[in-house]
Amino acid sequence: MSNALNMNDKLASFNDDSAEVAGRSLWQDARIRLMRNKAAVVSMVILSIITLMAILAPWLSAHPFDEVYWDFIQVPPNFAEGFWFGTDENGRDLFVRTLYGARVSLMVGLVATTVSLVIGVVYGAVAGYMGGRVDNLMMRFVDILYSLPFMFFVIILMVIFGRNIYLIFVALGAVEWLTMARIVRGQTLAVKKKEFVEAAHASGVSTTKIIFRHIIPNILGPVIVYMTLTIPQVILTESFLSFLGLGVQEPLTSWGVLISEGSKVMESAPWMLAFPATFLALTLFCFNFIGDGLRDALDPKDR
Amino acid sequence: MNENNIILEVKNLNTRFDTPDGEVSAASEINFSLKKGESLGVVGESGSGKTQIFMALMGLLAKNGKTTGEAIFKGQNILGLPVAQLNKVRGVSLSMIFQDPMTSLNPYLKVSRQMTEVLIEHQGMNKKAALEKSIDMLELVGIPEARKRVHMYPHEFSGGMRQRVMIAIALLCEPDLLIADEPTTALDVTIQAQILDLLQDLKEKLGMSIVMITHDLGVIANMCDHVMVMYGGRVVETGSVSSLFTDARHPYTQGLLKSMPRIDGNHNEDLYAIPGQPPNLQALPKGCAFQPRCQYATERCHQEQPTTTYIDENRTASCHQLSAVTASHPMNVVEGAL
Amino acid sequence: MAGASSKLSCATDGHETYNEEGSQKERANSSMFSYILKRLLTAIPTLFIIITIAFFMMRIAPGGPFDQERQLPPEIEANILKAYDLDKPVYEQYFIYISKLLQFDFGPSYKFRDFSVTELILSGLPASFQIGGLSILLATFIGIGLGTLAALYQNQKTDYAIMGVAMTGIAIPNFVAAPILSLVFGVYLAWLPVAGWGDGAARNLVLPVISLALPQIAYIARLTRGSMIEVLHSNYIRTARAKGIRERLVVVRHGIKGALLPVVSYLGPAVAAVTTGSVVIESIYDIPGVGRYFVNAALNRDYPLVMGVVIFYATLILMMNLIVDVIYSFLDPKLRVGA
Repeated sequence: MSNALNMNDKLASFNDDSAEVAGRSLWQDARIRLMRNKAAVVSMVILSIITLMAILAPWLSAHPFDEVYWDFIQVPPNFAEGFWFGTDENGRDLFVRTLYGARVSLMVGLVATTVSLVIGVVYGAVAGYMGGRVDNLMMRFVDILYSLPFMFFVIILMVIFGRNIYLIFVALGAVEWLTMARIVRGQTLAVKKKEFVEAAHASGVSTTKIIFRHIIPNILGPVIVYMTLTIPQVILTESFLSFLGLGVQEPLTSWGVLISEGSKVMESAPWMLAFPATFLALTLFCFNFIGDGLRDALDPKDR
Repeated sequence: MNENNIILEVKNLNTRFDTPDGEVSAASEINFSLKKGESLGVVGESGSGKTQIFMALMGLLAKNGKTTGEAIFKGQNILGLPVAQLNKVRGVSLSMIFQDPMTSLNPYLKVSRQMTEVLIEHQGMNKKAALEKSIDMLELVGIPEARKRVHMYPHEFSGGMRQRVMIAIALLCEPDLLIADEPTTALDVTIQAQILDLLQDLKEKLGMSIVMITHDLGVIANMCDHVMVMYGGRVVETGSVSSLFTDARHPYTQGLLKSMPRIDGNHNEDLYAIPGQPPNLQALPKGCAFQPRCQYATERCHQEQPTTTYIDENRTASCHQLSAVTASHPMNVVEGAL
Repeated sequence: MAGASSKLSCATDGHETYNEEGSQKERANSSMFSYILKRLLTAIPTLFIIITIAFFMMRIAPGGPFDQERQLPPEIEANILKAYDLDKPVYEQYFIYISKLLQFDFGPSYKFRDFSVTELILSGLPASFQIGGLSILLATFIGIGLGTLAALYQNQKTDYAIMGVAMTGIAIPNFVAAPILSLVFGVYLAWLPVAGWGDGAARNLVLPVISLALPQIAYIARLTRGSMIEVLHSNYIRTARAKGIRERLVVVRHGIKGALLPVVSYLGPAVAAVTTGSVVIESIYDIPGVGRYFVNAALNRDYPLVMGVVIFYATLILMMNLIVDVIYSFLDPKLRVGA
């Protein structure tokens, strides 16, 4: 960056703010760096395609996702009939079912992550901003929750209250907010010490306003990075539950359900495992690459 | 003067870094030499390339850094030596201490380990002898209760004490040249003076040469025989301390001297500040790097890089306007040194 | 000034110094002990909270334990409820459960009527410990090795290759990797058993252990690489190089310890992840471990068994976190002296 452009003006003051001349902002800089990261760019393209296919699923296949074709039970990919990914053991089109699975997985990823984001950001910002004893107590609570085997509680929840997609949203969101809270607290502590927050405080702005106007916008970077890495985590967890038979219910499906069904018949019908597994892995790959790329772009200390 | 007296001679050294925004030159066409037992002060603003020259000598440049040229240390060119060869020089006859004593010691190893390993590695000592020598060295640099403290971890030492430990480590093999990179910048003012006194003291005791990298001309005035002033990755002026401080020829050196607070000076006068900003190495101005901030700059300065002019055998300056500068300079009193 | 002080400084005699050092070690030990005690004291209430939550979640669950079976005559049902203490008020059930827990009695299983939950967990332990323990060991050693290698060759082909593999390990969940491995090495190549335990024969262990370790290898490798790179750029490594120490020693003696601290603190979560993963892996490979019981119990609504396993796992993970904290504080001298 050019913080010292030619300044022929000999009267230029010594205290001239070099940041003024810096030109590109942090976000512009980050975007340029992100766009240079091939893995992240390719991932964004692939992910957009998968998302688009999930949204347009009903129009992309001639077959409804729950229609049973008695003449085509567990057939391999068959282009003549439009079964591009073959059919499952109930004679349903695997292509459209994979895309419906994508709908569930992506939806769970987004909603549960949003839930975790809201809880984590509010909790972390409050703890970090309040500081002192409140902070200590709140973080101690997070520490205790950290040491719990949460996955098992989610499983118990699903066992007790039955398989319900809304419950999955809430349960997974409630599990994933801990790290977010820690990150936000750390950032808040750092930002809090900066002058502009002190200035706002000194001029009598209320605490809530300071948190929402000044602190949250400034901790956006790490939060976005962590969010991008939480989405695949949530998708993975949902698939895990579905794989165990504790996720979404028939006739609705998700990648975990399809993988579970596929792995039971993988010797006779490997396509039933291959297609949903590929979609799941590809999606997880993409989110992770984007998350890594974002982190490198927003925090370029390793240059 | 005998050629053999010269311990370090740097010829046409250039240091560059590959960055995503293109190649950046950190130091260009550096030439200087240093005699045995003498001390050289290297002064310049941050980013003037003063540290990078010596990082290059020590083989400590970041991975994206490249150096060309020659650095003859005790008759051997140490630039571009393979690491195994270089390890026979650094820590042995050529040592370096750094700016930040708080992070320069390994927090996970006891001081004893960090000291004895040097002696075991370079002098083949056994552990016991190495420990004894380490304790002696800690005592020499003024660590109280060295015998006990040698078994402590760095975090149990204060900043000043850590810098003393760093110095002790650097001196273990009794080097011929010690490079001190702003050794006091991170320390309290009172501690700064102690460390500088210690270095001065050790230099005389051990008869070694010292390169003192600093942005503080006061440090150089107290400690050094010669000065090298750097700006924008180039040497702009060299000379003995006495001649350069009384008769600076380069406008930048003059500015530096004028901006030094003086105890005996006129207190009613505002402290002088060189106008403008330190140069950005990624976007150096055309011609002379100092030209945007220079009151003597002419069209030629905007176009042409000045070359090194020998004022006399021991003095150089790089400026197109030397005569104009000298004529207008109020301190232009030729003293005995010339 | 400094030179003068150095002359005065070496007055302490050896004996006194030795004593001082001894007392310092003692102090470190006692602070370590109180630290462990403190951590234990927080672990116990945590465990208590887990048990309480699990208990009440089970009790508010809709439907009794025998829902799926045919309607029983009322007097038999009453007998069964009595046998399981289900006729008593909830708070009384809670106290009974807690007092039995203190004697390591998790109660009877609803599904496997002839066995107590304790017996079932004990019978599953050997298999679970074997594959879980081996996976953690494998993941730690391979993960650290690969991560260090990648860091040393940062931004070179070796680094890209290792990190590519690590990304694959993270993106392919173990419930996908396990069937694929079983298909390739069990069915197509027929080198190893497709599934089964075979009384813990080495051949039967290979695939489950690898499937369980893969994601952890990936995580640990990434973690090690990151912290190793950071350490290798640190000032104290620069000092070590300036001292002319051989590069191998610079990495091994000066680099590894600092770089491994984050890995050590990850071991707690790693154990939790492996435990969770063992649930699917044991089901996929048909291994008679605690995890498979858990899945069966969950699907059958065998509440005492589910609860027993959760409490068992929670204790295990809490213990592991405690051990990891102690190891950590032992590795980091700043914590050891207990400042």
